[in-house]
Amino acid sequence: MYLLSLPYTRNEDSEARSEMQFGIFSVSDITRNAVTGETPSEAERIQASVQLARRADEVGLDVFAIGEHHNPPFFSSSPTTLLAAIAAQTERIVLSTSVTLITTNDPVKIAEDYAMLQHLSGGRVDLMLGRGNTGPVYPWFGRDIREGLPLALENYNLLHRLWREDVVDWEGHYRSPLQGFTAIPRPLDDVPPFVWHGAIRTPEIAEQAAYYGNGYFANNILAPNFHFKPLVNLYRERFAYHGHGTPEQAIVGLGGQAFIAKTSQEAVSTFRPYFEGSPLYGASYSLEDFKRGTPLSVGSPQEVIEKTLTFQEGFGDYQRQLWLVDHAGLPLEMALEQVELLGTEVVPVLRREMESRRAPEVPDAPTHAGLVKARYGDEEPRQPTPNPNRGDNLTGASPYQDVEPEVTASYPELV
Amino acid sequence: MSEREAPAAGAGRGPYRVVLLSAGTGNPSSTRLLGDRVAQKALDLLREEGAPATVNVVELGPLAVDVARATVSGIKSADLQGAIERLAAADGVIAATPVYKAGISGLFKSFVDLLDNDLLVAKPILLAATAGSARHALVVDEQMRPLFAYMRALSLPTSVFATPEDWGATELGERIERAAAELAALLRAGVGGEIADRNWSAHQHEFGGNATRAERTGADVDFDSDLMRLATGGSLPPADPDAP
Repeated sequence: MYLLSLPYTRNEDSEARSEMQFGIFSVSDITRNAVTGETPSEAERIQASVQLARRADEVGLDVFAIGEHHNPPFFSSSPTTLLAAIAAQTERIVLSTSVTLITTNDPVKIAEDYAMLQHLSGGRVDLMLGRGNTGPVYPWFGRDIREGLPLALENYNLLHRLWREDVVDWEGHYRSPLQGFTAIPRPLDDVPPFVWHGAIRTPEIAEQAAYYGNGYFANNILAPNFHFKPLVNLYRERFAYHGHGTPEQAIVGLGGQAFIAKTSQEAVSTFRPYFEGSPLYGASYSLEDFKRGTPLSVGSPQEVIEKTLTFQEGFGDYQRQLWLVDHAGLPLEMALEQVELLGTEVVPVLRREMESRRAPEVPDAPTHAGLVKARYGDEEPRQPTPNPNRGDNLTGASPYQDVEPEVTASYPELV
Repeated sequence: MSEREAPAAGAGRGPYRVVLLSAGTGNPSSTRLLGDRVAQKALDLLREEGAPATVNVVELGPLAVDVARATVSGIKSADLQGAIERLAAADGVIAATPVYKAGISGLFKSFVDLLDNDLLVAKPILLAATAGSARHALVVDEQMRPLFAYMRALSLPTSVFATPEDWGATELGERIERAAAELAALLRAGVGGEIADRNWSAHQHEFGGNATRAERTGADVDFDSDLMRLATGGSLPPADPDAP
């Protein structure tokens, strides 16, 4: 039963940890190693990502997030399956996504899959929602990219209700209506997984995150330094407008890229052939320009620390920092070493530094334990237990046993 | 984000900011020379009318590598970003390109491809081109005019086209004067700024874009839209039953 007890053990020994989360995220690309000329197989990359997550857990990183894709050369079409396997092999790390496609997935299936993962991981799960950047995925799943934005907004509105209401009646534009529908299992402790909304250009997504008091994540890669600041600021401003706190208390996450070695020179000379040989980077940028002009850090632990501290200065206090480390065709051993250096040399210093600079009223990063505490205080969390099967939720009251006894259904009388 | 200045909107103000955008690459470049002549004439006319103006030149040649990198990577260098911001802040534009292989310069088109769709909305723009042969005379009207129609710019009725034999001809000077007079008149009338002010919300925009009127904070964003209502837990309006 170690899984179920985990959120509480994590809470107890979290005293020594700072309340900001640091971790790694991956888009699950399978990229040729430009130095050896070899490309890993899907099988190798899938196993490698499990190893990276395990190492991240071992060295004390807080978050491992994986993307979702439905075409080669990527492997992660089924993030909850991968994350469930990782959950079973790790102890403390929070599992997340970067991103879960809120456009082409059915929000009902997202509600079910991630609630299931939340139970199996002992509450060590949250998710980041995004629209996806691969046009053909929409028609493959019967959707139209031109309607991507309203589709994302409507789907999240439904997902939000499915995790908070035992029985949902719903009708919208993009999905068949629901009558008396219950998404099972109900979330762990009846507290939904925390949701981050990822967006790089759309004010409507920032507004949706702000309206619900959810998190907002800017991937903060492949764009000039502080390119995402106007959107982050818009989200903060609207978070306050919708009554969730001050702009400074909004829940912000940022991405970044890092390649770390003992010295600056070693980092640059080791990383350069991968950068220059990568179809994503090398054809379009010089390493020096990219390092100077974008959030990529290539250097000693101290340089990575200094660059990351500029994020806090520029975007304000934030709750989650994720780095992309398994990119550009880096071999597994090298990516594992990056995780190790982050966990042992970079993050401990950043925890201290960022904590010391953080304004006192800024909230901690959301965790299941924290959300349970916020909802129940010292009370026992609700444990939804169903009534016997009656075939539907349309007749009678709640399908769960703990419904208020005075709430009863009235049945039509047959004369 | 650098400080941005709004164009000097409205009639009778100034100094007007004119940007000369030149895709010429030689030194001296005949395209740049043509642009300079047009710009000088426009300045002279405006000065005669008591309306001061400045000309800022954006040479695309030195930006060629940056333009190519931004095309494939989406990341604009500081110099390229600066050129786009100068264009955004312009009250009027003189766009000059050489003709290569029966078409406008690829560099010129690649640069325009990197502009925000709303960057040139209702800006008066004078179209100019140079070519090695008069047989290319229609390139301005067949390629530049549709390009800037897409950009919703206010292309002047008279365009200027010059081939080697034109440089000694008085007719080129007359055409330059005619086009420059059109530019000066539109600038003084403030018509570009007025159209952009009145119709801005009717065009599509990107949050945090480069246009001087682009939305950059919550104060600029229209929260009273169907999508914003959907973002805050609302529903889309019912579908039109007569829609195809």
